[in-house]
This record gives sequence, structure tokens and C-alpha cells, in this order.
Amino acid sequence: MGAAPAAAPSGATLGLQPAAALEAQALVRRFGATQALDNLSFTVDRGQLFGLVGADGAGKTTAIRALSGLISLDEGRALVLGRDPAQGGPAVRESLGLMPQQASLYPDLSVAENLRFFARLYCLPRALFRERSLRLLDITRLGPFLDRRADALSGGMYKKLALACALLHRPEVLLLDEPTNGVDPVSRRELWALLYELVHDGMTVLLSTPYMDEAERCHRVGLIHHGRLLLDGEPRALLAKFEDETYEVEGGERDRVDERLSSLSDVHAASPAGSTLRITVARGSAGTVATALTPLHASLRPVVPNFEDLFLARVRPEAAA
Amino acid sequence: MSEPSIEAVHLSRRFGSFLAVDDVSFSVARGEIFGYLGANGAGKSTTIRMLCGLLAPTAGEARVAGFDVKSAPESVKSSIGYMSQKFSLYLDLPVRDNIDFFGGAYGLSGPDFAARADEVLRLCDLEAERYATTGSLPGGIRQRLALGCAILHRPAVLFLDEPTAGVDPVSRRHFWRFIRALAREGTTIFVTTHYLDEAEYCGRIGLMVDGRLVALDTPAALKRRYVPGRVLAVRGRNLASAAASLRSRSGIIAVEPFGAGLHLQVAAADWDLASITHALTNAGAQAVEVEAGEPTLEDVFLAVVARPRDGEAHAP
Repeated sequence: MGAAPAAAPSGATLGLQPAAALEAQALVRRFGATQALDNLSFTVDRGQLFGLVGADGAGKTTAIRALSGLISLDEGRALVLGRDPAQGGPAVRESLGLMPQQASLYPDLSVAENLRFFARLYCLPRALFRERSLRLLDITRLGPFLDRRADALSGGMYKKLALACALLHRPEVLLLDEPTNGVDPVSRRELWALLYELVHDGMTVLLSTPYMDEAERCHRVGLIHHGRLLLDGEPRALLAKFEDETYEVEGGERDRVDERLSSLSDVHAASPAGSTLRITVARGSAGTVATALTPLHASLRPVVPNFEDLFLARVRPEAAA
Repeated sequence: MSEPSIEAVHLSRRFGSFLAVDDVSFSVARGEIFGYLGANGAGKSTTIRMLCGLLAPTAGEARVAGFDVKSAPESVKSSIGYMSQKFSLYLDLPVRDNIDFFGGAYGLSGPDFAARADEVLRLCDLEAERYATTGSLPGGIRQRLALGCAILHRPAVLFLDEPTAGVDPVSRRHFWRFIRALAREGTTIFVTTHYLDEAEYCGRIGLMVDGRLVALDTPAALKRRYVPGRVLAVRGRNLASAAASLRSRSGIIAVEPFGAGLHLQVAAADWDLASITHALTNAGAQAVEVEAGEPTLEDVFLAVVARPRDGEAHAP
């Protein structure tokens, strides 16, 4: 925190490297009556792994489209390595990798053919393609499925192929829109190991995710809601400032406990944790909540809050409105 | 004991030389929430398609809601609800028209159906979106509509194939509250998911690996069996290289990077919080903090499913 530099002027004319890999400067984008982006600003430093988290419809995908130059903005500007992605030409395109949420592959081409197609698109030399594709196939475990058509892949396998295609040209900046959606836990861990490796080698990665445990894996997180940035910082620093208290409910019959809790206004969120429930409550209200649970033979045990607790507590009041 | 709601006996399905489902047997009781987990491509969706009467088994048999999937697939189809990871909704139609369409597909009509449609809109909290164009709605709301369409005909068994993929935590929570209420009222739920925290809501869980059902038990029993060690969360500086030196020590079962920290699984007989702190500090880590964690179903999943490599990849 505090490390984010002020918006750097475009350094291209001075031959300087702009400090920020990605900048969203007061982005505004409307779709009819919907304000998808509402004065959204954030900066991602070079070599950082930045997570954009938020509920469905919060504006994550629109933000990623704006940063990749795929949509125009009503106000504000997006910069990739100091350049406007919509007007930067081939230089920006080569430095940028994008994995969209929706279908980005040719459904009637096989795994191998899709990889070859993207390699040619980026004019990758044959030897380099061979080396990189072998490594990517190994990591994604798509090796045995080279001849399978993209439209016959499962959701997770499709995502992994899309990521492999986006990585073939080794972009400096990688934008991933919900890359792990539909991906099984083993593959998710492998993808994360790959992302850490890429970032370690200097790549800047921005990803959006609805998984809050993944938010905690990022260097920095922006929580976006109704097109605005609610919070921005290191996951641990944001948690340190979290004003609620978090507890696990011990004992009691879960469904009855859940029902009772939903009627208490001090309980800001309740979600499954192991075989029990995990709740966040307003600071100082634990005693009242515990008393309400006593007749159900349930009690509270304090636990360390995680990012999902924070998300559920911060997003809930407006979601309920 | 009453007849199981779902019963699979030596069920197999082959596609050419590929055995997608390999000799799978299990049964699910009425009103049970049964989780069916596995990696992408493990055979989960193929199993569901057979149980729904959409795909004939190559071998073995299955009964769903009292009907044989091979000899009475139509009876099976009318007794079940099905919602998939790709919600099959008409995006250019208003919400209410989608409900009408699916009602018609199940042969529902007249005043009874109109009342049921209103009830489902209320149950799924869709009354405000009744006239909205489906394609304009966020994923979480579309998901509720898809679920509503799947339960219009009050199915005895509900199949949910990754119903919460890409859905945010708030919507997921509402969704599961609703599913649990359905189960309490006697609907049998068969669900696949990659969110292992929500798999905790299942009474029992089956784990698929390469088409085979390799484990089947309650979440607590699976944890006892597959995650016997101690789970530790570590924070500190300079952890990466210190962790590398831990990997080769005995009693270290798993080392995973997690954000700026680490997650460890260690043999309880060999390691505790103090000795791990000591070992990491000796290996060059600084400001080490270690916290005990609970084993999760994700730990179980990784222990069971972490597969042998698929052999050498070939260049495309």
C-alpha cells in the first residue's frame, strides 16, 4: 500500500518505461441506463498480480474489456504500459495477452490446431512454439487431448486451452477474465502455480475472480461493486482493517442455526465452513448473537477473518437493498 | 428402508476406446444431498447424462425415481429436474416466457401451472425480474431462473451439474439455502461442483478419478481418512526458498504457495507449530507465523485426485 505511484505520464516520448503496467483513470462506461463503470480508478504496478473481485454484474468484465481496448469509454482513459490500448497498434497488442470469459477459441479446430493458429497469429518461430507449447501442454495436462475439438472439451479444459493460447507469445501484461471458472481444484492450483511463476519472471497479471480464496492469493486486490472501487490494497492489510468479528458456530443443527441467524441484524454474513457455519457479526455484538443461539445448543468460537468474510460483509448491505 | 432414489449398479460408458465411466456403483436416499466430485473430464457429466436417461449405458444399470434408465428413459425424464453449467435459457425472451416455455415442455398448463409459475418466481426471488429480458440479467439471477425452470414440475430428483460455476459468493449462498430447503422437503439432490467449501453441504460425497468412483463417504469421514496430518498456514518473509528446503524432510506431506504465504500439511507425529517455525527460520525465513488450520475437502480432493502424470506430452 502506498507503493502505487501517481498516474505516470506517458513515457514513450522520453524513452522511459512507465512505472505502471496498467492504469484505469476514472473510467466511465454506460450501457443504456446501466452505469457499468462509474469513475473506476486503479493502478497495477509492473510485476504485480492484481485481483479484481466483485459480485456478478459489478463491472469486472467491462473493466477488463476497457483495459484491453475492446470497448470505447464514455469518460476517463485506460493505459497499458503507458499507451492507449485502443490506439496503440501492434506494439500494445504484442505486449498484451487476454483471456476473455466467453469463447475465444475456434470450436471446430482441435487443441493442437488452436495452439498452432495462435502461434502463427503472433508469428512465433517454430522452435519457440514447440518449446512453449510442450511446457504449456504439460502444465495444463492437455497433452492427451491434442486431437479433440475445442467444442468437445469440458469447461475446465477449455479454459486451460484458452490460457495456453494467451500465453504462447509471452505477453508483458496478461489480462484474465475469470480464468478458473469451472476449473477443478487440482487444475486451479496448477494454474496458480503457473501464474506465480509468470509473475516471478516479470509478467504483470490482472485477473478477475468470484473465488475469494483466490483474491487472497493476489499481491493486491480491488473490490469492485456497481462499477466503483470499494476497496483496494494488499489482502492482509485490508483484512487488518476489517471492522467485523468472525466466528464459527459450534454445535446445534445447522439449518436451524442458519434460520435463526438470518433474523439477526448484527449478523452480516453466514456461510458454510467445514460442517459448520462461519459468520461475521458487527463488532461487540457477539454476546447478543451467542445468547440467541443458546436455546439451539450452539455456541461461538472466534476465528481469523478471511477475504470471503470481508466480501460478504461489505457487499451484502447493498445487495439486500 | 425405502427404495433408493438413485441407484447405479456397475454403470459404465465407453466412447470409442475411451472409458468415460468405469464400473460405478452407488445409491442415494430420498432427500439426500449427494455430491459428485472429480477433476475436469473425470466422468461426472457422463454419469449424469446416463442417470437422466439422455445417454444409454454401455454396461450396468441404473434406476432413478423408481424407473430404469435403459428401459424407461421417458419416465425418468419426467421425474427429474436438470440444470447444467451452461444454463439452457432463451436469452432473448423475458423471464416469465422462459418459465412458460419450460412448463410447456413438461406438459404443464392451465390455472394450476399459472399458480405454480408464480410460486416458483417467488421461491427463486425473481418476482421483480418477471418481465426483464433474460440475456440482460447477471449470471446469479439467470442461475436462479434456470433452477426455477428445473423445478417447475416438482421433480423427485434434481440433477445440478456445476450449478454455481462463476457465480459470486452472495448468490451461491442464497442458492444453497434454497437447495437445502428443497432437500428437507424430500427432493433428492445430485450435484457436481468445483467449489469444495459448498460440497460441505452434501450428506455424502463420491470422488471420481478417470471414470472410477474411488471414494464415497461423508465429508467428515473422507477428511479423517485422506487428511490424517496437521494442516498449517504459514506467513512470513523469504518463505519460498525456506519452503523448498522443507519439502525433502520426512513428515512433510504437502507444501503449497498461498498468496504471500504457504499452506503445509505435515504428519502430526513429526511436526507441530513450534518445530515448523523453527525449521523455516533456520532455513532463512523471517518473521515466521504459523497457525493451525482445519483440513478441508480441498485437501481431500488433492490427496485423492492428484493424479499420476499422463505420460509425456507430444508437441502439436
